Amino acid sequence: MRTQDLITEKLTKAFAPESLRVVDESHLHTGHAGHRPSGETHYRVYIVSDSFRGKSRLDRHRMINATLSRELAGGVHALAIHAAAPGEGGG
Amino acid sequence: MAIEQFIDNEVKGNDVVLFMKGTPQFPQCGFSGQVVQILDYLGVPYKGLNVLESDDLREGIKAYSQWPTIPQLYVKGEFVGGCDIIREMFQAGELQQVMKDKGLPVRDPATA
Repeated sequence: MRTQDLITEKLTKAFAPESLRVVDESHLHTGHAGHRPSGETHYRVYIVSDSFRGKSRLDRHRMINATLSRELAGGVHALAIHAAAPGEGGG
Repeated sequence: MAIEQFIDNEVKGNDVVLFMKGTPQFPQCGFSGQVVQILDYLGVPYKGLNVLESDDLREGIKAYSQWPTIPQLYVKGEFVGGCDIIREMFQAGELQQVMKDKGLPVRDPATA
């Protein structure tokens, strides 16, 4: 399974998001530390979920990092996170 | 000295500490560079620690903060966040407030 799909699946399972977009930005980091020719190293996640309501930014990131701990310990070098609860805008 | 003790000393012995890739003068990662730009804009004195100089430090800070990525910003011994959080807080004016609340001088272009 592609890492992008794996991330999408894990986040969907963990947070039942109202909206979720996982963008592979690996190509933007060609030649940069952590980049591999095979790609699948840099991701950006836009997620809106009720799970984040009342949670601080740190808590939201920690929840997502924990869900993706195996990926982050492995090949995923960078994960940019935009996490919001429904109605907060952004995300 | 164990790396955890070294990190603890740095975090508690300096008002603002940025664990980053590269140095404030020469960031070697776009995410670290963004936080440097924000701190420089605010005019807050800070200490930059280059995790690329030491694998011990690079892995040690991840374990210390229970946070998997670099950069990481500490203010007065407290972990504030990584690049996304710092940028969001800065854009919302919250980072400036955190600094002020902790008694750190922030350049405020609106009133300067």
